Amino acid sequence: MTDVAGVPPDQATGPWQSIANLVRATEVDLRQFGMVIALVLIWVVLGIANPSILRPVNFLSFSVQAASTAILATGMVLVIVSRNIDLSVGAVVGFIGMFYAEFMAHFLPENLGFPINHPLVWIIALAAGTLLGIAIGALQGFLIAYVEIPSFVVTLGGLFLFRGLIWQLSGGTTVAPDDPTFVLIGGGPEGSLGGTLSWVFGIVLCVAAVFLIVTSRRQRMRFGFPTRPVWAEFVVGGVAVAVVLLAVYTANSYHWPPGLATQYAVKHGIVEPPGGLQIEAGIPFPLVIVIGVTIAMTFLTTRRRFGRDVYAYGGNPQAADLAGINTRWTIMKIFILMGILCAISGAIASARLNGGTLDLGLGYELYVIAAAVIGGTLFAGGVGSIPGAILGALVMQSLQYGLGFIGFNSPQVNMVLAIVLVGVVGIDQWVRRRAR
Amino acid sequence: MTDLATTPAPLQTGTPLVEMRNINVAFGGVHAVRNVSINLYPGEVVGLVGGNGAGKSTLTKVLSGAQRPDSGQIMVNGTVVDIANPRDAKAYGIETIYQTLALADNLDAPANLFLGRELTTRLGNLDNDRMEDATRKVMARLNPNFHRFTMPVRSLSGGQRQAVAIARAVYFNAKILIMDEPTAALGPAETAQVRNLVRQLKSDGIGIFLISHDIHDVYDLADRVSVMYHGQIVDTVDKANVTTDDILGMIILGKKPGEVTQTELDALELRS
Repeated sequence: MTDVAGVPPDQATGPWQSIANLVRATEVDLRQFGMVIALVLIWVVLGIANPSILRPVNFLSFSVQAASTAILATGMVLVIVSRNIDLSVGAVVGFIGMFYAEFMAHFLPENLGFPINHPLVWIIALAAGTLLGIAIGALQGFLIAYVEIPSFVVTLGGLFLFRGLIWQLSGGTTVAPDDPTFVLIGGGPEGSLGGTLSWVFGIVLCVAAVFLIVTSRRQRMRFGFPTRPVWAEFVVGGVAVAVVLLAVYTANSYHWPPGLATQYAVKHGIVEPPGGLQIEAGIPFPLVIVIGVTIAMTFLTTRRRFGRDVYAYGGNPQAADLAGINTRWTIMKIFILMGILCAISGAIASARLNGGTLDLGLGYELYVIAAAVIGGTLFAGGVGSIPGAILGALVMQSLQYGLGFIGFNSPQVNMVLAIVLVGVVGIDQWVRRRAR
Repeated sequence: MTDLATTPAPLQTGTPLVEMRNINVAFGGVHAVRNVSINLYPGEVVGLVGGNGAGKSTLTKVLSGAQRPDSGQIMVNGTVVDIANPRDAKAYGIETIYQTLALADNLDAPANLFLGRELTTRLGNLDNDRMEDATRKVMARLNPNFHRFTMPVRSLSGGQRQAVAIARAVYFNAKILIMDEPTAALGPAETAQVRNLVRQLKSDGIGIFLISHDIHDVYDLADRVSVMYHGQIVDTVDKANVTTDDILGMIILGKKPGEVTQTELDALELRS
């Protein structure tokens, strides 16, 4: 049993090695652990530079800003793992975002005579946008998988096409407003779970995490496989629970702005107590969606055949073919999935702005690819993970949001991002070569 | 290789496990396989030899479903079958161990063993634990020293990778095994391991097509040897009736031993 997680005697030298060995015992990915440390360091430095960035409201608006790219990054991982690229995601997000606005502001009321503010509008719009995303993904995926046009070419074409279609669809102007319920998808004080539901949500996540850890350990013991040490199970579970509860606590410590709270009090006939009504905002909906997408995508990649097929293809396309995997259909499905994620991301982006703008999603493709790569996705294919991509997106967005907050202008922020992107991949290569 | 003598040569009677009749494959103007017929009996090893481009790999790809023939018939246990893709071939118990190993380097041993045929739970989710369990059991038989079940196979040695590739065939109860250059990438100890494995599989009644550049591999393991030359079968001979030199002559000259002239033999001597 040489592969039992533990401390191989020949490696336990020096303080760094022993830390690495402790982390290894928890079977946490070392690279991802490093990224979490980096993320913490970034926020510590930002907090030193300007302590007011550590106020809860900033974490909330940061998380909402990161949501759109984080969601797309989970899909980009599969695209890159399968040795493809998708340059069209920004344009598709913009196009579907504009579609939502056009659909709710004009098409539904004017062409279908649907009453404005009807309670079903948001769900109909979401369904239509998702179908549009599926259609776009299917078209691009078909051209890539079955017509064998390189994905770089197809999606570069997609970038031009959908940027053009945004103008065609809108007539070159901003289209607004979205449906008031739909707008909640974009977050904000009202677009959040609220205090109580946030705690419920957090506790459900904690219970699920502990349940997963326990069942997986039981299962491994049932088969007589090596398991990680009990203390490591407790550390992993404890950290997961602590992070979730801390996040809920932070989200709940932001209260509705006084004006909005007063409006709410008047509307519901509540007499405001002295000092104003205190309403806990809680976890914003975009963050709930990101968490949902992350869990769903992680499940899809690690526990479903589709995910296994994608990684097998990325590792060795010929082997996947010879194993009887329908590789073309697998590739097409990846792009369909990407289309769905664009529809979700587009909904958040459009809802945040309460309408469709011409430059919605502009440049997203580059941030999303960067997030996936910083998260450990290899362009050679076959390697990359969903949690990694989420961490990558968080690092990117933390720098963007945080550096902006402490006074960097946007060209300066871009230069820092450039250094981080190339630096991370450089370190990766160095570690990989040394490991050989 | 002393245990070879104790293995009785199987009788080539009754219904062959597999029979390929008049197989033709052409790529554009190149006739890669020309009117080839070949068969294989249970518990038999048929060596398939020939120079580069002789058509060995193309012929076996037809059987493993990776290449559609332009014409010809394949019979498994006497019944004509249609093999359109690798999945069909596997359904008939035909497993292939490819020269390039056909492993996904980024995945671990269980994922590779079950590639395309994953065990799932009732809800259709991958049952990774059951797959790891099954892999541990198969590997315990093939390579008891193997312990790296959760590492990408990239990090394994050539012999360990070969064991994973063979485990794939063994686990799924192959009746007919195609081994394409099984020892090409291996060191001497690992080669010996694979040879023992071939003998073990043979005694289990599995029919094996063994494709190899290594005449000695083939001569040691095979019961019969089919020699291919420019897409055609020169001859299929019982190993007992020929020497390695005879086989070498067939590979290089494309003629049966009796047809080779003295001048040709002399030229061969000069070349070697």
